[in-house]
Amino acid sequence: MSRISSVFAQSRHTALIPYVTVGYPTVETTLKAVPLFASAGCDIIELGIPFSDPLADGATIQRASYEALRQGVTPKVCFEVAKELRRRVQTPLVFMTYYNPVLKFGLGQFCSKCAEVGIDGLIIPDLPPEEGKELEKSTERHGLDLVYLLSPASTQERIKLVTSRSSGFIYLVSLTGVTGTRDKLPEELESFVGSVRKRTDKPLCVGFGVSTPEQARRVAEVADGVIVGSRIIQLLDEDKSLKNACSFIKCLREALS
Amino acid sequence: MKEDKQLPDSRGYFGQFGGRFVPETLMPALDELETAYEEAKRDPFFWAEFDSLSRDYSGRPTPLCFAERLTKHCGGAQIFLKREDLLHTGAHKINNALGQGLLVRRMKKQRVIAETGAGQHGVAAATICAKLGLDCVVYMGEEDIQRQALNVFRMKLLGTELRPVSSGTKTLKDAINEAIRDWVTNVKNTYYLLGSVVGPHPYPVMVRDFQSVIGKEAREQILAQCGRLPDYIIACVGGGSNSIGIFHPFVNDKDVKLIGVEAAGRGIRTGKHAATLAAGTVGVLHGAKSYVLQDDAGQILGTHSIAAGLDYPGVGPEHSYYKSIGRATYVAVNDKEALKAFQLLCQTEGIIPALEPAHAISYAAKMAGSLDKEQIIVVNLSGHGDKDMDIVVKALGVTL
Repeated sequence: MSRISSVFAQSRHTALIPYVTVGYPTVETTLKAVPLFASAGCDIIELGIPFSDPLADGATIQRASYEALRQGVTPKVCFEVAKELRRRVQTPLVFMTYYNPVLKFGLGQFCSKCAEVGIDGLIIPDLPPEEGKELEKSTERHGLDLVYLLSPASTQERIKLVTSRSSGFIYLVSLTGVTGTRDKLPEELESFVGSVRKRTDKPLCVGFGVSTPEQARRVAEVADGVIVGSRIIQLLDEDKSLKNACSFIKCLREALS
Repeated sequence: MKEDKQLPDSRGYFGQFGGRFVPETLMPALDELETAYEEAKRDPFFWAEFDSLSRDYSGRPTPLCFAERLTKHCGGAQIFLKREDLLHTGAHKINNALGQGLLVRRMKKQRVIAETGAGQHGVAAATICAKLGLDCVVYMGEEDIQRQALNVFRMKLLGTELRPVSSGTKTLKDAINEAIRDWVTNVKNTYYLLGSVVGPHPYPVMVRDFQSVIGKEAREQILAQCGRLPDYIIACVGGGSNSIGIFHPFVNDKDVKLIGVEAAGRGIRTGKHAATLAAGTVGVLHGAKSYVLQDDAGQILGTHSIAAGLDYPGVGPEHSYYKSIGRATYVAVNDKEALKAFQLLCQTEGIIPALEPAHAISYAAKMAGSLDKEQIIVVNLSGHGDKDMDIVVKALGVTL
């Protein structure tokens, strides 16, 4: 069983999964924030490798990616950061990035490097299972989970395809849209999660638009994990001491227990 | 080359290029689009309407005209011009906008989004949406808005909402990102009218099919005028829709050499260029695997060309395939050479070309001189130069 799968097998509460863009606002922030988040009760941590053309991301993560790139954060830097973080935390770490940086690095090399530094899985929002066969060969060889995504627009056929191919967990995009905070989650959230649940025993984690403890609590009623990204990036902006981000994480943790 | 007729394959691949690298939310929409297009393609009424509007609204067929004085000036091969500049809205982009516009109506969608670089596709999309009574939103990079002010005004006159894009490089690449983000958000009621042979399957094949009208006509016309096929076909390549449009009907004519001309900008060595096939490597951008301009870490690079319509770090997957099998050759022409060819065509033929096909004219003129007089070159004159007056005035250092 992978380290990610065992999170869901052992835990009695809903998994809390924060996202941070590596190197935003600085590499030091990432190195400080991730261990703090881990000790505040996060179950899995998503590390974003910045990409120049993040077409699944809204304004907040676009800006964070742009800033990180400006500071020279490459996949190589992200591997170094992950290696350092792995020394400090036990929490499963997942890279979230787009396909091109992975392809350019070399699929096999990228996965072997992931395994070497202690990364547990990959989330690649512009890689549907139809295009993922080649990468799957490498993730399997190196014992990494490859998490695919589903959206409320997904048909029954696609739900079947994604649930059969995704490993670790299934990433349910809460809404049709890009990442970013929203005042409200869609009304159909429960029925969407329910329709996927009928098809699979794999853990279901919901992300995109989740930005308050109330929203997280609602997601927790039906899902196995909650993914929070843009709101955390905003809090890193507001307060460099990480205090706000950490107390937000604690609120989320309480809301989910 | 019989197998080429079947490309792309069912997954949208031309050899190793193409595919569908998009967020899950768009996958069902692309399936829906593919099905709708396959049905339309088999429907003779769809093509009858396409043909009749092409004729009565866009102004097809466009002439293939012998460039007598340009030929004499170059002193070699005979140069023929396929006059897409004479179409309604001044460029070949209307062919694709019309085809997709009719598809939008078939799919019963009301809201259309599009991206534009030079503004030619934006104007074409805005025009067809006005004609067919559809709502239109066009995304355009802030830098392009500045250098193509006239086209911006045209789109507004046509009733289109123009949304400036200030992210990234503020040019076509980022306008496409923003259009895709809009589509992901409004996928239920929105049709994305993509303007080139790029993007996820089925866009590259669909746009090619609509633009192939250029090559089909040119083939008949050159046979009628010269009694034989040309030796060379030359067209500019940004995303590559006008070039695929004229190349494709000749792909199985092995003796016809196909040459795509990219933008070398200030020179390939300066890094300020848009010569994706000449200087790029294989990657994934905007939903397809193809050649892209990228750095060692897989980040997409900024580009430069005097021609906004060529200023793009990607290229259609079918071009990448033709490059890989050697069916087409890709070369690059810089800003200065394009500007010179722009003036040359004005003075020898009384035709003001857009800066994009001025790249193709430049290469054709250079090449013609080294060929003998029996040889025939067809150049796709993909658009008219009115939109470029401000840029040319500036580049020539003239005060009006």
